Amino acid sequence: MSLIEIKDLKVHYPIRSGFWNRITDSVRAVDGVSFNIEAGETYGLVGESGSGKSTTGKSVVGLEKVTSGSIMYKGLDITKAENRRKLDYNHDVQMIFQDSLSSLNPRKRIEDIIAEPLRNFEHLSKDDEKLRVLQLLNIVGLDADALYKYPHQFSGGQRQRIGVARAVATNPKLIIADEPVSALDLSVQAQVLNFMKKIQREFGISYLFISHDLGVVRHMCNNIAIMNRGRLVEIGTRDDIYNHPLHIYTKRLLAAIPETDVNSREAHRASRLAVEQVYQDQQSKYYDDNGAAYPLVQVTPTHAVALPQTIAQQLASQEGEVQA
Amino acid sequence: MWKTILRRFLIMIPEVIVLSILVFLLAKAMPGDPFTGSINPKADPAQIHHLMKINGLYDPWYQQYWNWVVHLFHGNLGNSYQYQEPVTRLIGGRAANTLWLALFTMILTYAFALPMGVYAGRHEGKLPDTIIRVYTYVTYCIPFFVILVIGIWIFGYVLGWFPTTGSISSDATGWLHTFGSRFYHILLPGLLGALFGTVNIVQYLRSEVIDSKHSDYVRTARSKGVPSKDIYRHHIFRNSLLPIAAFAGYSITGLLNGSIFTETVFSYPGMGLLFVNSISYRDYTVITALVLIYGILNLIGTLLSDIILSIVDPRIRIQ
Amino acid sequence: METASNFLNIKDVSTAFKINGQYYDAISHINLQVQHDEILAIVGESGCGKSTLATTIMGLHDPAETKISGEVDFEGTDLLKLDEKGYNQFRGAKIGMIFQDPLSALNPLKRIEEQISEVMDYHTDLSAEDKHNRVIELLNQVGIVNPQRTARQFPHELSGGMRQRVIIAIAIACKPDLIIADEPTTALDVTIQAQILDVLRDIQKENHAGIILITHDLGVVAETADRVAVMYAGQIVEQGTAEQVFNTPEHPYTRSLLRSMPQRDNENDDLYVIKGNVPSLQKMPAKGDRFAPRIPWVPAEAHEENPTMHEVAPGHEVRCTCYKHFQFPDEQGSVTV
Repeated sequence: MSLIEIKDLKVHYPIRSGFWNRITDSVRAVDGVSFNIEAGETYGLVGESGSGKSTTGKSVVGLEKVTSGSIMYKGLDITKAENRRKLDYNHDVQMIFQDSLSSLNPRKRIEDIIAEPLRNFEHLSKDDEKLRVLQLLNIVGLDADALYKYPHQFSGGQRQRIGVARAVATNPKLIIADEPVSALDLSVQAQVLNFMKKIQREFGISYLFISHDLGVVRHMCNNIAIMNRGRLVEIGTRDDIYNHPLHIYTKRLLAAIPETDVNSREAHRASRLAVEQVYQDQQSKYYDDNGAAYPLVQVTPTHAVALPQTIAQQLASQEGEVQA
Repeated sequence: MWKTILRRFLIMIPEVIVLSILVFLLAKAMPGDPFTGSINPKADPAQIHHLMKINGLYDPWYQQYWNWVVHLFHGNLGNSYQYQEPVTRLIGGRAANTLWLALFTMILTYAFALPMGVYAGRHEGKLPDTIIRVYTYVTYCIPFFVILVIGIWIFGYVLGWFPTTGSISSDATGWLHTFGSRFYHILLPGLLGALFGTVNIVQYLRSEVIDSKHSDYVRTARSKGVPSKDIYRHHIFRNSLLPIAAFAGYSITGLLNGSIFTETVFSYPGMGLLFVNSISYRDYTVITALVLIYGILNLIGTLLSDIILSIVDPRIRIQ
Repeated sequence: METASNFLNIKDVSTAFKINGQYYDAISHINLQVQHDEILAIVGESGCGKSTLATTIMGLHDPAETKISGEVDFEGTDLLKLDEKGYNQFRGAKIGMIFQDPLSALNPLKRIEEQISEVMDYHTDLSAEDKHNRVIELLNQVGIVNPQRTARQFPHELSGGMRQRVIIAIAIACKPDLIIADEPTTALDVTIQAQILDVLRDIQKENHAGIILITHDLGVVAETADRVAVMYAGQIVEQGTAEQVFNTPEHPYTRSLLRSMPQRDNENDDLYVIKGNVPSLQKMPAKGDRFAPRIPWVPAEAHEENPTMHEVAPGHEVRCTCYKHFQFPDEQGSVTV
């Protein structure tokens, strides 16, 4: 059984208009998303801005009002608040945000920031609590003198590590990491990613890793879902997505990642422009009449793509994948 | 846009009804009655009882309220108990006085505040900025009525430059003379009101200008090669004035509140003075009418602010 | 086609900011040349001074708070000696600038057309009609599909990619010789980033302009730049053609950066982490190799006392002699300090 099973998740926001301000339409931020996160794995959720990936992440933590669908954890649907309470869900699932400065309370010291989830969920004595906070700081590689400082006294990378320390304080089973490194410099990014991996090895935590950066996702994630206009267009293992992409949107994203290989610059550019051309010309093949992605169909046990069955099989055989 | 404005007006109707009921009940709940002590100290209680009865003051409140509303729709707000005059006529004459004073104060306020705020923001940290800031802090600290009392004492009594009471001198004849006399009477209260009113606007505008100065779009303008003075003219001023423009609607409220002080201190026959007098004489009909007018003007002010903002800021468009 | 010549010569430029009454160098002794028809990328992490260099060339610093020395020779004129009026002859006309955040860089209250034609108001004497036509032409050139409509719109009505195209249109309106692009794609999605970089490259070819592309993204540099300058702590530490810098990186910092990138071949390994932090402006050491504390296993003798640039190949320069001895700890097989 998976740690978390997300089934047909929908988050719609109403649009009001007209004289009486009635709900006339809705923004389908998330429109029927299903995937499972296994214990101890890093699941990548990739998409561009406005794809609905952050909304999905917030729904999994319980920060978003879900329109329909279910998120099963330990046999209960945690989209319902009473189930979240019953399971102590917020103890087991934590979140790391992109903007470490605005997500840490500027008027609180690091000690209080990291201890906050402990105080909410575990009633430790003062000494035990302090010991625990020190351990956590140690895990993310910060000194004890950080305890009495305030968030603004740290660099972006250090703050992001404080965010990680806070998130792991309650020994969660799952951490939702929403663009955890996109505001960081390369060298600092490496540090935070290494820490996230180390903590995963030591504590068996699962991550839902939300990012637009396919390079980072490739480094971090075993299984990946590509999201586009509120729907998933492709899910698969790292190998499926990076080496055998089937949906044009996935191909387009992959082609747009800048490569550090200077020598194949022109070839890379040509292939990107070719993919872009297909994307522009064949909208009707890859999207339905409303411009939305098709439902996912399985092409191998691990790999699914949002295309009509026949096209999916045809593309899969071109890619040399074996039909399940 | 017209639809939205119409909708906002329709929403105002229940607001006004609730407001009117509240006002009516509050006026009723005030202790005392309009006749005891105001007609004749030796008046017979039986006669007061009779007056109360013929004026319907013993009816249940909803009955009285209903009568009042029915009359309202006939343009009849009742008679003032104190002045024995129709309320509409009573207020009508004074509303014009208040309006002129408010308008004049508003013009003066913006005429002072805009250049001051912009100048202080542009020359941030320099001497004139410091002087303007000290001025705003000091004015901010002093209550409005103290400013009024000090003003009238110095300029009205000690120096004798301005009249200290009324809205027009009794011997004014001819339209030119009348106009001159009226203007002369609102000059000092207007100036003092503006002196007080500028503070918020100056501080707000100053910080807006400073923010705009460091904004990215100003940097873009500089990298286009636009000279400083044009950057101020085309980019900084306009963008900084935006919140001030939106503020204009709300400032109606402020001016009306201020008029209560100003008119009392200057014995200026406007709605504010009438309001204060009516309260001390328990003149229910006048109080209810005035509070209702103030309330409606407030609602209109808010709506006006929203409309102004949507006109000057393209980011806010009401469909 | 014009012959390649250095029309921009940055000689020994330092910019110091006033912090608590004292001046600290944000960039020190920068030497750079830019030619027509080339894209020079300046790459480095936040705080390395790359944006300060851009704003120094543009003369956008408050003279009361900054001290600038050296020479920025632009087609024979030393820009640093100009007053504001003189500078305005260059800004917008001969030098165009593209900013990082395309939303805040546009005035929210003005229509796109007004914002583009404003540049031409100051640098051309085109008629109103000619200006309008030029605006449409520019919007076309930067790849906007419906220019007539976009010209009438306000910034908030456009997507991030569209806004950045508008900013580029403003920058190139007067066909400048030099375009400075400061992190032009950082705020954008990868697919939009690729499109914007294409636009920049096409413009450079069409106008024979020289472009200074400032970015922290090594991928963007590798895909776009002809030449690369790597900056660390206010100094250029390595400079060369894109091929030289990416195929045979020499400076320890360049090599460290490339190694800390998540790439195809290190999927399951930990990423390389550069030890320590970039020193703050106030704590910048006056002497010695500024990168030395971050490679503590390299012996002190390997560094120069006053590191200078060394030519390792024609056009390829590296700061400090330590590059000759530099190896990553795991390459030596020794234990790190």
